[in-house]
Amino acid sequence: MSSPGGAGTERRLAWLRGGELPQTHNARTIAALASNPGCARRALLDAAATRKQDIAEHAGYPVPFGMSPFALSRGVVFERQLKDDPGGLLLALLRETLNLDIAEVGFTDLNDVGGSPDLAVRHARTKAVLTGRPDQRGTLFDHPLLRFRVGGRHAYLEPDLIAFRHDDTFHVVEIKSFAVIDGQADPAKVAAAAIQSAVYVLAMRDLVGDTATVHHESVLICPRDFANTPLATTLDVRKQLGVLERQLSRIAGIDSVLAHVPADVSFSLDADEKGVPQRDPGDLLRDIKRVDANYSPECLASCELCYLCRDEASGSTSVLGKSVREELGGIESVPRALKLARGDDPLPVPEDLREAAAILRRAASLRRDALAAARAETW
Amino acid sequence: MSIAEAADRARLATEEILASMESVPRGVVVDSPPGAGKSTLVVRAATELVRRGHRVMVIAQTNEQVDDLTDVLAGRLADHDGDLRAGRLYSESHRVGWRVERHQNVVSAKSAGELLDCRVVLSTAHKWATVTSDEQWAWAIVDEAYQMRSDLLLRVAGLFGKALFVGDPGQLDPFSVVEVDRWSGLSWDPTTSAVEVLLNHNDHVPVKRLPVSWRLPASAAPVVSEAFYPFNPFTAATSPQERRLEFGASAFGDNSVDRALELAARSGWALYELPRAHKPRTDREAVRACAALAARLLERAARTVSERSPDPLPVTPDRIAVGTAHRDQATAVRAALAELGAEGVTVDTANRLQGREFDVTIVLHPLSGRRDATAFHLEAGRLCVLTSRHRHACVVVARKGIPDLLDAHPSVEPVHLNVPVKFPDGWEAQQAIMAHLERHRVAAP
Amino acid sequence: MTTLTSLAKVEAIALDRAQLIRTVRHVHVSPRPLIFVPLQLAGEACAPLAAMVGDDRDHERLLIAYEPRDRTERFRFAAGLGEVILGYVDGYAAGDPGEGVPYPDAPQVWVPNAGGMKFAELLGRSTRFRRTEGPHPVPASVPLLGRWVTYLAERAQHPLSSLFLSATQALTAHWATGQSATEDQNLATLLAWIAPPPGQTGAQAALLAENPARCPPAGPVTDPDFDRDVLEGLIKAIVAARQSGDAAARERAQALMARELHSVLKPTWDLMWQAVDLLRSLPPGDHVAERWKTDRFSFTGYVRYLQEGGVPQARRDAAVDAARRLARLENEAQQLAAHMAYDDPLVMAEYRMTGDAFAGPVVRAEPDRLDETGKRARLRPWITVETTDDVLAELGADLRSPARPAQQARVIEVERAGERTRVTIELQSGMGRKLVPEPGSVPGLGDVVCYTTFKAEFQPPPKFPDREDTPWTHGGPPPEYVPRDEEAAEEWE
Repeated sequence: MSSPGGAGTERRLAWLRGGELPQTHNARTIAALASNPGCARRALLDAAATRKQDIAEHAGYPVPFGMSPFALSRGVVFERQLKDDPGGLLLALLRETLNLDIAEVGFTDLNDVGGSPDLAVRHARTKAVLTGRPDQRGTLFDHPLLRFRVGGRHAYLEPDLIAFRHDDTFHVVEIKSFAVIDGQADPAKVAAAAIQSAVYVLAMRDLVGDTATVHHESVLICPRDFANTPLATTLDVRKQLGVLERQLSRIAGIDSVLAHVPADVSFSLDADEKGVPQRDPGDLLRDIKRVDANYSPECLASCELCYLCRDEASGSTSVLGKSVREELGGIESVPRALKLARGDDPLPVPEDLREAAAILRRAASLRRDALAAARAETW
Repeated sequence: MSIAEAADRARLATEEILASMESVPRGVVVDSPPGAGKSTLVVRAATELVRRGHRVMVIAQTNEQVDDLTDVLAGRLADHDGDLRAGRLYSESHRVGWRVERHQNVVSAKSAGELLDCRVVLSTAHKWATVTSDEQWAWAIVDEAYQMRSDLLLRVAGLFGKALFVGDPGQLDPFSVVEVDRWSGLSWDPTTSAVEVLLNHNDHVPVKRLPVSWRLPASAAPVVSEAFYPFNPFTAATSPQERRLEFGASAFGDNSVDRALELAARSGWALYELPRAHKPRTDREAVRACAALAARLLERAARTVSERSPDPLPVTPDRIAVGTAHRDQATAVRAALAELGAEGVTVDTANRLQGREFDVTIVLHPLSGRRDATAFHLEAGRLCVLTSRHRHACVVVARKGIPDLLDAHPSVEPVHLNVPVKFPDGWEAQQAIMAHLERHRVAAP
Repeated sequence: MTTLTSLAKVEAIALDRAQLIRTVRHVHVSPRPLIFVPLQLAGEACAPLAAMVGDDRDHERLLIAYEPRDRTERFRFAAGLGEVILGYVDGYAAGDPGEGVPYPDAPQVWVPNAGGMKFAELLGRSTRFRRTEGPHPVPASVPLLGRWVTYLAERAQHPLSSLFLSATQALTAHWATGQSATEDQNLATLLAWIAPPPGQTGAQAALLAENPARCPPAGPVTDPDFDRDVLEGLIKAIVAARQSGDAAARERAQALMARELHSVLKPTWDLMWQAVDLLRSLPPGDHVAERWKTDRFSFTGYVRYLQEGGVPQARRDAAVDAARRLARLENEAQQLAAHMAYDDPLVMAEYRMTGDAFAGPVVRAEPDRLDETGKRARLRPWITVETTDDVLAELGADLRSPARPAQQARVIEVERAGERTRVTIELQSGMGRKLVPEPGSVPGLGDVVCYTTFKAEFQPPPKFPDREDTPWTHGGPPPEYVPRDEEAAEEWE
């Protein structure tokens, strides 16, 4: 057995990927790790940094989520007006929100490395600049390229943040285009922003080491009310940091997941030189299904493989949602739940299902009686 | 720490609080961890304020709590000044308990007008909210203030000038059956606790703390403190030597129930672990295990030695509690206890065990046998209440597999802007408690 | 979810179609509801794109903001929508019903889903503060529309109200499908389960309905593919034509956009009427009319408030308003729960499952029992009910029966023996004034009766301080609300 995250693991993950380059992670994909940590299939696809979207599509289950061009352009426009004049609008916002007394700031775009697309070069530059001599004026760093350990491997984070440094303290500044109306915003979107911020905070802490602190309070900048005027709000991400650290430490143990996966399983698309998948879709699907999934309707909002897993789970109470399954006494199979409720199974009820069976039978009889009473109107 | 030292620290803290009440413009909040002498503080503060010549209203959350406080206060007032009288204001639907009626210096009445000559009047927040009076009370003492909803505070706050708010921030938050986001982020969100809203609007109000727990034994205080009060640690007043749980009758043969009880007697904790299985809420085996543990405690004539008495005191049924998350679980445990002939043991949900104290508690773990965790089952306050009611030992009954369940839990709770983050996080607190319990495991057959 | 509704979901899968979880309808359905299907531009807080609206299923009206990012277009759209909605609302507010009397009927607006409700709330927020004069004048229908949709959106939070309904919410309150609650938010798949086309199972129909190309989303956000492939180009063409002053090209592009939007909205329009029909086909619960009456009163009150020049609803509730509203909502939630249980044996069955209600035959009855402990003898019949239900009610608990909701009853004794529990109950009122009960006022031997621990009675609202007496704990009295110019001029871009 190889050491966790060692060469053996790396070889297996590469095999799972099938010769393709690993996908770059971004804060969104890393944040998604927290959304269904109990799913081995998802954990493996993520750890191997596969093209989940293409895999799902090739296996016959196209991904349901797209992005509207209107939403994209709205985001771009909003972000641009802030970054076009960082010393003005952005600084004023930060000053006010963080209660700082700074007259001016420097602005450094770390994306600009003499046109070098090499991630390692960009990361090195980020590191050099961010750990350099602190500037008491306060400095904004756009597009810092961070590096993150996921599943025992370093992944570069496509930057989507600004780091603000003041008095040796960094704040993560996130710009989002969802509106804050009268102080309220969509809680699901804020939650997503918070966990992404937490990813950045962790990666920044990793990068700057002890030379500075990265504050657990991020600054979220959103459009205010119905206008394009920006509004900054601080976001305490301590809880999200706790969650992420724990989930990441589990993903580092991807070996324990791999141990249950047959050695010949591969998610390879066998793409030709033009990138067109050549693999037999049925074959791919079979391999996917050899890794256990943990489907729940929540997956529909976040996982590329959701339709595949939902289809696979049909006939199971998990497709109805967690609370339904709980109310059914934890029974896994729909036909079984029904049989227990009707009490018409000729076979004796197994010992471990008797309690659930009693509850279901009682519910079924109450339901039957109530429907009969309603028909007879004798209540 | 010796009891004398603990007493000194507690006294210092109390004195500092009482002294600060002279000078604060509006009031004081006192955070009190489990069993840190909250009621004692309420009664002392009331007596002290009365002595300084103020009229004091005491606001508690339930009639039970009001009767308890009245009982202690009446005794103290009688020691202090035979002429001072306390008023017990009650509502139509309540019958004042015997422990109140027995005091000569307590006047009970349904209307505040009949209690005008009482220097201190006690009632529930709901009853106080019906009182109309132009006359202001100089001081209010609000007990269990973290369990009081802020809309109720709004209804009574006009009655008093200054207030002492006392409560345990680690217990269950108030809630509403109505789920609307409408008020989230408002500093006066009516669904949040009285203390939260008060502090939002009055940053000059100091928050003080009681530093030692008189209830929790040395085996429990650090565990509970670390898991549920990460930023405000407290310690046990007693040392391990000062508390003992022992059995009058020895066990015959070797069985897991006895082993769990003995481990709990020795170390203050036991995890009675049933085999891994997904079960309905009223998991028969788990329910029976809870009942069996309670019944066995009585059967084996458990007794305690503590700072309260040098001679062993029997653990009577009223000194034992079984705590559950759901009502139907409590009902099932009661039925199981009745079958075993063990009468008089308190069985209730966490909500209803708040503020109560026992020698030994048996806890049906909220996550036992579950497939999924929900916010309800993860809530830190629920587990905190359940694991902090005991003076001697706590036995947790659970199906194997809770750590796995926690690890698989998707941590994607919605986040509301401008709402302060609450600590501890339920998920992390659960992990911490499980990590501790793992070291006190007894496998059930 | 309860065990009974969960079981119904399992049955829905087994029987290939959605199952009823209620035996009666618990919402009021107007004979002439207004259907409102709004669409908005993706990525924006509240940029109206189009709406299909009307109270006649054969005459839908399509309103479009051809350049949804353009302020003038937005207000033109809002003014148009205002005319339709205000015209509908005014139809119910004719004349003066007189003091203390509500209008004979009230408007009822339906949107497809929770997103539609949120859209209405935001539309109300972005229009109600506008003014008809000053620096940014808008047509009078705009701020009035804002107040009315805000009023409706606020009423929708009231458990007892049926003035403003979401179709998915109303349907899922009555049917259990074989899909999850998340998927039930999709009106098309929900209706596919409730009324699958002939020859298809609910699951098959739902799978087809999930395809946005086949069933356009019910909004308010449109399908991203539609945005990219159709809408983006059309809007660009319209903007370009306007900029170049090419009126003919602009008209052509607008006509094309109208056609596309019509084809995207019409399927949902039809589904909305199908939803209305389905709900209407259920018999109403006994308390539905009583609840609708509170809606009529509320509507009448708001008409009057506007007539008297009332200011628009505040952005957020002040402390006292928030607490008062919460008390009201909680009270209503309790009343609604009781109403539903009393009107519907399937709802009551859920309480019987959890031990909050029990039912069974009367096995012992002392209808003439007198309590002679007081000065005067009082009629206090005892009955004993035998039930196999779990009974959570404790000694002394107050009970009510749906058959005699006003009659007070108290638990005297609970005896458990195996599966059966015998509960002895003392009846304390509702039997007439004599020392023998009125006929029918006391259940007889062998009658099957049901008792619960909750009551459908109205609770008087608790007392709160006046706004100007807001205590220091809650920040003191808030400033008096005065509409400000900035609000009227707020950007909407």
